[in-house]
Amino acid sequence: MDNNTAKRLNVSSAPHVRSGLTTRSIMGDVCIALIPASLFGIYNFGYNALLIILTSIVSCVLTEYIYQRCMKLPVTASDMSAVLTGLLLALNLPVTVPLWMPVIGGVFAIIIVKQLFGGLGRNFMNPALAARCFLLISFAGPMTNFAVEKVENLALSGYWRYGMVAVDGVSGATPLAMLKSGENVDLLKMFLGVTGGTIGETSVIAILGGALYLLARKVISIRIPLTYIATFSVIVLIYGMADGKGFDINYLAAHLCGGGLMLGAFFMATDYVTSPITPNGKIVFGILLGILTAVFRLYGGSAEGVSYAIICCNMLVPLIEKFTMPVPFGRGRVHNG
Amino acid sequence: MNKYMERVYNGLIKENPTFVLMLGMCPTLAVTSSAVNGLGMGLSTMVVLVLSNIFISLLRNIIPDKVRIPAFIVIVASFVTIVQLLLQAYVRSIYDALGVYIPLIVVNCIILGRAEAYASKNSVVLSALDGVGMGLGFTVGLTLIGIFREIIGSGTIFGWNFNETVFNGAYTPVTIFVLAPGAFFVLAMLCALQNKLKMPSATNTKEQSDDTCTFDCAACSMAAGCDSAAQKKGEK
Repeated sequence: MDNNTAKRLNVSSAPHVRSGLTTRSIMGDVCIALIPASLFGIYNFGYNALLIILTSIVSCVLTEYIYQRCMKLPVTASDMSAVLTGLLLALNLPVTVPLWMPVIGGVFAIIIVKQLFGGLGRNFMNPALAARCFLLISFAGPMTNFAVEKVENLALSGYWRYGMVAVDGVSGATPLAMLKSGENVDLLKMFLGVTGGTIGETSVIAILGGALYLLARKVISIRIPLTYIATFSVIVLIYGMADGKGFDINYLAAHLCGGGLMLGAFFMATDYVTSPITPNGKIVFGILLGILTAVFRLYGGSAEGVSYAIICCNMLVPLIEKFTMPVPFGRGRVHNG
Repeated sequence: MNKYMERVYNGLIKENPTFVLMLGMCPTLAVTSSAVNGLGMGLSTMVVLVLSNIFISLLRNIIPDKVRIPAFIVIVASFVTIVQLLLQAYVRSIYDALGVYIPLIVVNCIILGRAEAYASKNSVVLSALDGVGMGLGFTVGLTLIGIFREIIGSGTIFGWNFNETVFNGAYTPVTIFVLAPGAFFVLAMLCALQNKLKMPSATNTKEQSDDTCTFDCAACSMAAGCDSAAQKKGEK
């Protein structure tokens, strides 16, 4: 029986609804949804951002290919998951990092976080975020250096030649850091994205556009991002009131638009492998994420806490799934464990 | 190899406490941020291990079975106190770096494990050599982890800054390796390497591995604790 016939005679248990969904198509969809944010990052930070994105993607895919060849595993480097990991990692780096840093991050993400635990589907943490945290702890200086040269006149700046320059408006500190130190932030700029920060996190509008595409294609469900952002908002509002700011909607909006919250909520917390598969589990996961992010941001030492919140909650996913497993139709209450 | 040398070889390679037995993980992960710290911790533990093994072996017929653990602890704690005071007096820097982990040698599972499993049943010379072997194995393990963490995490070896002197600071140290996660990374990598290279060890022998089990339980050193051996007996 040749391979083709074997495929057509494939026998499996019901239901027999076939769909065109593959790992490759899902990962591809997420990559497409990230294109607006990536393009905006390149526009905002110059061609160095493009270099970092390409380096990161290439190092992830190459690492996966080389590792799987060396370990004599089936090579799955073309299933777009490594591309997505590379892209997400790059979008989480500041534009000022030297190019060897995304390479180290890519190798760490693919080998330590993903392949050593058994490859795609068995990684217990989001590889891109784990790599970002690895880099953040290892190279705290370069990883939090958001100071890019400010250029007033785009035409005269040699924008494409020098790379590490940015268009008008992008200055050193990220809006979140300014918010933490009590300075005023420009909400419109934060929404559009012409602020400091990592390559992909600045533009809320570009991220929301991509997220709408994913929701429309039903690649992600709204449960995790919605509960995440809602819980986060409630805690920030309560904190604002307790802090004497009153019911401050501007403060909340600045927190929502600043930092990696949007990118994290729509693109990284919803990763299939590292988020709960049960509907109620997704809600629990989102609430936990909201609480942790708010606590890290409001009470933590640094201004940002999205990545740590997500990888912490990633590790709770098996537990969440265990306690939110739906009861099959026709059965009574199933006692877990 | 006579039975005396076999003890040293056993502790150093075959049943290396760090990479094979996985004992004493607390100091292994906590104090190996530099090679000197690892070496200091290893040597301190070795001194306590040898002396406690000798004394427990000497007293093995006197200590009542029911109170043997408290008795072992008293003996071990005495030697730990001696070592702690000596370190404090003569190598203050290591004393400061190791901190609370020196008094914690008292409850180090390698020392209690060897006292319980070996010294309380064997002669003095063999117990002393067992302590030397295990202590050397622990020292080598800790120093190796310390060397790797120090090279990657701070760009130095035993305090010698090769990064500045040789590479003019071109190497950017990966700080995470001197922090807690780095200890896990290095330990895991060294264990994986030890397994990959099929170094002779208690866990790398042919009989113990599940997929190469010959079901010749009489010839197998692990038969006592082996499930399939028990099953086989049941079948008979």
